[in-house]
Amino acid sequence: MSEPMVKAEGVRKRFGRLEVLKGISLEAGTGEVTCLLGPSGSGKSTFLRCINHLENINAGRLWVDGNLVGYRQAGNKLYELREAEIARGRAQIGMVFQSFNLFPHKTAIENVIEAPVQVKRMNKNEAIGRGREQLGRVGLDDKVDEYPARLSGGQQQRVAIARALAMDPKVMLFDEVTSALDPELVQEVLDVMRELAGEGMTMVVVTHEMGFARDVADEVVLMDDGVIVEQGPPAEVLDNPREERTKRFLGLVLEH
Amino acid sequence: MARQADATDEIAAAEPPGEIQAVPVRHPGRWIAAAIVAVLAVSIANSVITNPNFQWGVVGDFLFDHRILHGVVVTLELTVIAMAIGIAGGIILAVMRLSPNPLVSGASQFYIWFFRGTPVLVQIVFWFYIAALYPSIDLGIPFGPSFIHLDANSLITAFVAAILALGLNEAAYMSEIVRAGIISVDEGQTDAAHALGMTRLQTMRRIVLPQAMRVIIPPTGNETISMLKTTSLVAFIALAELFYTAQLIYAVNYKTIPLLIVVSLWYLFMTSILSVGQYYIERYYGRGRSRTVSLTPWQRIRQGLLPRHVEREEIDETIDQARMRRGGGEHR
Repeated sequence: MSEPMVKAEGVRKRFGRLEVLKGISLEAGTGEVTCLLGPSGSGKSTFLRCINHLENINAGRLWVDGNLVGYRQAGNKLYELREAEIARGRAQIGMVFQSFNLFPHKTAIENVIEAPVQVKRMNKNEAIGRGREQLGRVGLDDKVDEYPARLSGGQQQRVAIARALAMDPKVMLFDEVTSALDPELVQEVLDVMRELAGEGMTMVVVTHEMGFARDVADEVVLMDDGVIVEQGPPAEVLDNPREERTKRFLGLVLEH
Repeated sequence: MARQADATDEIAAAEPPGEIQAVPVRHPGRWIAAAIVAVLAVSIANSVITNPNFQWGVVGDFLFDHRILHGVVVTLELTVIAMAIGIAGGIILAVMRLSPNPLVSGASQFYIWFFRGTPVLVQIVFWFYIAALYPSIDLGIPFGPSFIHLDANSLITAFVAAILALGLNEAAYMSEIVRAGIISVDEGQTDAAHALGMTRLQTMRRIVLPQAMRVIIPPTGNETISMLKTTSLVAFIALAELFYTAQLIYAVNYKTIPLLIVVSLWYLFMTSILSVGQYYIERYYGRGRSRTVSLTPWQRIRQGLLPRHVEREEIDETIDQARMRRGGGEHR
């Protein structure tokens, strides 16, 4: 495995008295697809949000591309990063959400160029040109000037993917991106993700789509109750699980 | 929902029934009510026209009197400047109120408590007499040397006192309106903006506030209309806005009622203009929200579009969707 893009060591996260992550250690290789599976409430999404510092962690260390997330280390001391530094770190990490979170007051293209223009200070015309390309890449050339409310869920989620890609991220985080979609719209989003994986994008994917995990993932991580139960290539974890908890979870999921 | 499904069942049944031509239900109550309203309206209109005490001739003489027009301008100036202070101050106070720093949010809360808790008329008079409290105003380092020395008596004119009182009081109310708007924006929007590398300030300015505007505009329109009328309170400190100007005139010629009518007509005219403005601003900030952008009244007149037509299409769409959900798309 090449140098890991995302590396976690003993990551713990508490919300009040509830500990959601109880020591997560894992590595997501550069150019690889890592799928996080597990029952709801197992901490998958929280872990994903820790990677781009939408949540801060209480213990352990997280690195993205060799840089510590949220802190700077000098000797044995940790210094919190300034807001601008945190923002700069996040600009290199793309994230797609379950509820799309498109900006409803902006058209598809305005959604896509917002961050390149505002964060990267890219020339607006250049951003629009590149934004059109990104929207074309997800198959939405004809929806460039539509407002999100006029798009289907699948189209909205593809705009959200284009919006994240427009920042040229080093890694893409997907947080249950098909869970809010009607069944017939799931495939169009998964197709875009499949293509992205084929192009060598580093991806960390929280999902319930077992078929996607089996086909696309290089590494599958099964989480339960804030810990990693089992991890490995999909053929091992999904087809020959060693742990009882993995078997139970897969049994529940595959029954459908 | 259940009703719709029933309707679909009927549509799906073999023979589609013809156009409905039922006998409409009679509404005698409505006719009686309409008759009462009509009689009342006619009698009021009659009294307004025939009662000589209204002195409509005098109203006409003074409606465009240059003093009255000047009063209108002063009223508009007060309204615009006070609302500008109120909105700017309201945004600052709302953002302060949402700050994680308890001292900052506490200061905002204290401000709101103080200015909402005292009558605006008292505040107006208070500002007018501020020179009695602080005869001079010094700008400089707190407890240190002062750079600028100002005489409060000459600085705080009636106009300045009025603007300060109305604007600062308005800021307290506006801050609650702005805060409600900010809270109404889904947190996912902030998440998405942060994930793209936008700072808190960028997120607030580019993503949250524009969406909050949809919630902020209607009550702000209300506040502006209310402010336009509240400016009449500054008659108390002898500032010649619309109402005080009228008072000055009828104090001399004793045409009290006609001049009050002149004033009322002007207030009605200005609030009507504001309402129209509010409609267009709301429309602007509502963009991207509804599936179909509603037409302005003018567009509707030009296109001669009946709203009924749109409704019909929407109903058809709903029935189609219901049909699809039941898996019977073939019957068309």
